Amino acid sequence: MPKVTVDGIEIEVPAGSTVLQACEAAGKEIPRFCYHERLSIAGNCRMCLVEVAPGPPKPQASCALPAMEGQTIRTDSPMVKAAREGVMEFLLINHPLDCPICDQGGECDLQDQSVAYGRGSSRYDENKRAVTEKYMGPIVKTVMTRCIQCTRCVRFAEEVAGVEEIGAIYRGENMQITSYLERAVTSELSGNVVDLCPVGALTSKPYAFEARPWELTKTPGIDVMDAMGTNVRFDSRGRQLLRIVPRINEDVNEEWAHDKTRHAVDGLTARRLDRPFVRKNGKLEAASWEDAFKAVAAAAKKAGGSVTAVAGDMVDCETMFAARELVTALGGSMLEGRQTGLAYDTSSLSAVNFNTGIANIEKADVILLVGSDLRREAPLVNARVLKAIRKRGAKVFAIGPETDLTYKVENLGASLKTLTKLPKAVADAFKNAARPAIIVGGGALRYEGAHGAALALAEKYKLVRELEDGSTWNGFNVLHFAASRMGGLMLGYAFAGGIRALAVEKPKLGFFLGADEVNYDLFADTFKVYVGHHGDAGAHAADVILPAAAYTEKAGTYVNLEGRVQRGERAVFPPGDAREDWAIFRALSDVVGKKLPFDNLEQLRTKMAAAVPALGVEGLADYGWVVPKLDAKPEGDVADYPIKDFYLTNAICRASATMQRCSAELVHGETFAEAAE
Amino acid sequence: MEVSTSPLSDKDRIFTNLYGFQPWNLDAARKRGDWDNTKKLLEAGPDAIIDTIKNSGLRGRGGAGFPTGMKWSFMPKEPKPGRPNFLVINADESEPGSCKDREIIRHDPHKLIEGALVAGFAMRARAAYIYIRGEFIYEAKVLFAAVEEAYAAGLLGKNAAGSGYDFDVFVHRGAGAYICGEETAMLESLEGKKGQPRLKPPFPAGAGLYGCPTTVNNVESIAVGPTILRRGADWFKSFGRENNVGTKLFQISGHVNTPCVVEESMGISFKELIEKHAGGIRGGWDNLLAVIPGGSSVPMVPAAQIMDAPMDFDGLKALGSGLGTAAVIVMDKSTDIVRAISRLSYFYKHESCGQCTPCREGTGWMWRMMERLRTGDAEISEIDMLQQVTKQVEGHTICALGDAAAWPIQGLIRHFRPEIERRINEAHGAAHQEAAE
Repeated sequence: MPKVTVDGIEIEVPAGSTVLQACEAAGKEIPRFCYHERLSIAGNCRMCLVEVAPGPPKPQASCALPAMEGQTIRTDSPMVKAAREGVMEFLLINHPLDCPICDQGGECDLQDQSVAYGRGSSRYDENKRAVTEKYMGPIVKTVMTRCIQCTRCVRFAEEVAGVEEIGAIYRGENMQITSYLERAVTSELSGNVVDLCPVGALTSKPYAFEARPWELTKTPGIDVMDAMGTNVRFDSRGRQLLRIVPRINEDVNEEWAHDKTRHAVDGLTARRLDRPFVRKNGKLEAASWEDAFKAVAAAAKKAGGSVTAVAGDMVDCETMFAARELVTALGGSMLEGRQTGLAYDTSSLSAVNFNTGIANIEKADVILLVGSDLRREAPLVNARVLKAIRKRGAKVFAIGPETDLTYKVENLGASLKTLTKLPKAVADAFKNAARPAIIVGGGALRYEGAHGAALALAEKYKLVRELEDGSTWNGFNVLHFAASRMGGLMLGYAFAGGIRALAVEKPKLGFFLGADEVNYDLFADTFKVYVGHHGDAGAHAADVILPAAAYTEKAGTYVNLEGRVQRGERAVFPPGDAREDWAIFRALSDVVGKKLPFDNLEQLRTKMAAAVPALGVEGLADYGWVVPKLDAKPEGDVADYPIKDFYLTNAICRASATMQRCSAELVHGETFAEAAE
Repeated sequence: MEVSTSPLSDKDRIFTNLYGFQPWNLDAARKRGDWDNTKKLLEAGPDAIIDTIKNSGLRGRGGAGFPTGMKWSFMPKEPKPGRPNFLVINADESEPGSCKDREIIRHDPHKLIEGALVAGFAMRARAAYIYIRGEFIYEAKVLFAAVEEAYAAGLLGKNAAGSGYDFDVFVHRGAGAYICGEETAMLESLEGKKGQPRLKPPFPAGAGLYGCPTTVNNVESIAVGPTILRRGADWFKSFGRENNVGTKLFQISGHVNTPCVVEESMGISFKELIEKHAGGIRGGWDNLLAVIPGGSSVPMVPAAQIMDAPMDFDGLKALGSGLGTAAVIVMDKSTDIVRAISRLSYFYKHESCGQCTPCREGTGWMWRMMERLRTGDAEISEIDMLQQVTKQVEGHTICALGDAAAWPIQGLIRHFRPEIERRINEAHGAAHQEAAE
């Protein structure tokens, strides 16, 4: 623990800290452009210069200088002030002063720091440099004249996203940042470079000229595009949600979010269900809430307890709880959330959980992927695995069809039998590993025996073990990709045999909660009530549509793939006559004469916590570690992965023009002519 | 110790085929004494070789003048498995005015290759990479052929020169970037990346090429090694002044009667060097304006100060300049001195890698201001502003290119401010006159 003195303040900093970190620990602000906590150190902007003794008699870049015992650091000396002014002046001589038309205005590092550390005026009389725009794909808009060559985007692409597609060409004052051959950046995480860019060179294309940051109301929320539970901030103006950006949560998403999280926003205003519909003579017709409820009540009367609820991928726990209470009140008990037919055993939640934890997986040294296309199913978990490889030299093996995960994977073929007998090299790697992990994806779970074989493998190689530091390492992971999955399983949304077995029971009345991936042919004889927000597959098949709220329009509890209970807040109101889901069930319960025992969200949450205590506490739910006895003899190959098109996985994305464009360009390789600006 | 600054006699020259009067090939090189029982040189052992080089007082010939023996001694004595030591030889000679490495490579390549083996052996290197400037097409051809010859003769490769030591030499051609002559940028370039200097620390001796311990040396520093070992440290030390010993290749260009590259003893006075080897200044000594004594990166020295100055590291440092690569650029009074420095500014603007802010933005700004000063299209106050801008660049950058770009301008302002002011006043006068008419 070296002790250093910063501007006369003596402070002890952790070993391995940089001078910049020491200064921050002492409460001194150090301006910077290229330095970023989560990226490698470039040291090229020279803004963080400080005076350090002992050392050469010139200012030092604090971001790259290790803090050493006995250093005296000055951040307020004339030398430092002059150095900052000098660097600031250099940065500004070729930066256009187009702040009034720049989307970064108001949240621009260069703007803020030039006010704080720059000169009052410019001494530069020559012509400014102009740089042609580059094409980086449908998400990232470029105005490269504004670029200050900090290379954050270059380092992000290589180190976090794993795609070496952004780089610098030319040299000196002609240096330009561009994408490989000016083609779209293919990473699912490309939108993050917009946040990383300290100036307005890379801005959000879909959000261009929409709003100024000071006009926005900021609401903390939870993303539902996959099972990560990415912490996000909903930025809204009036009734309209304008953008979604990530919040920092070290345990979950660090400060990243993938493009679907950020840019499916425009899908929230398209194809919305904003009034109830009732099917009459085979056609859906707009109706009043009263008529819609009456139709449901009539069906409930006929159902006589043969009632089911099927949860979609994006619903919150409150909705599932309210639906479950109503189904129970009507005498039913059939609940299911695995829309596509997965039927894995759920007797032990720990056997279907991502037990290692999202943050911990980057500490793993050997990882076996079983039927998991990690990059599409959970891009941010994939980024963590990449980190494990880059930082700790982790080895990654995979069972399943070859797929590009952005890093080197040793593919063991698609045969699930491999699980029961690993090749020697892999077995040895597992035996010698300190923190081995296995990740079982949806591609494998649908095969009988795969789940059991994976659990057996976990037992055999002791994936659950005590570490040297006394903590427990659980290397057994199942990777879900529906935001509602873990919460649904905790609320009992799993029918023995899955949705096909449920359909065989021929329920008379079914509530479909935003369920758009269900094969509705199975439910031909069921009176289908669709409670959801988008006119997608579920609404098309429904007999009654009750318009509900999307995830930005309701406060909700979500459980992510590692069993982390998180709550998001409401940013805007649902459109038209749509209502929050729980309130719909509460109102409906009155009409069917089975009044549910809560009148507001708080009361509902109290009841839910009473039923499932873990849902009442934010944070990781404790599932223990129980291994169920399962068939462990898998046959055949993993045929393919469940996610065919990353950008179009749910009703919101499918309604989003931006996501459709991403899909066309990045998945299907269509080219788009760029309109000249 | 006998110290001499008198002109070097032929028997004491290391580079005996500097002018290419004999063939460069292995047979001819052997006749000149290269590869003469190299095995025996190596038998002394790595530490003894490093000690001899240390004792000889050899300072790096690439410009900075860091003691070569000490540099070699920084390398790990026992390389870890999977993390070998490397020697990288800087043959990216691009400094305006410098042309010595080129002569060595095209006329005496075996001196370099033998030196590579000796130095590589001394620092326990697995291999040497010779990074040769892209524009040196003929030189690269010679070097490739010479390396091939050495392999064929068993002097390189497995059991190099019968010493029992395995050593490889790879020649890598650059692509024409001055910055790749900076040692860490050279490593980046060798690794296949964009040639941009790395942050230091870590220094190459700790983590260099492919993250392995690496020493980067100039061609001349490496090429003189075997001769020093053969003739002894004391012989080498007998030339020059204390702490500035040995022989050195001087490259004299500009307004002298016979520009040349010549090996001389360190510390020879400027006047003697020019008189003896370059046929004197064009138009006589009174016609001398200024000299850039060490390649474009060092500040110029006006005529009066340079005349009797000893041409070595410390002698030129005392004049506020430096020996650099000993590329002596002589300018007589016909020189447009502002234009000359402006041309250097253009060079640095063109060669800045663009990585760090002060150099990327500053070199262009400085050049544009220099161009205006050249024609007098400026204000007097802009001279001070230019001086401030050079100070904003100097010492604020990752590598020394920022300093190198700033120093020539600072030298100009220090010594020729009246000339710049004269141009500005003249231009203003002309403008006034025009307005009056």
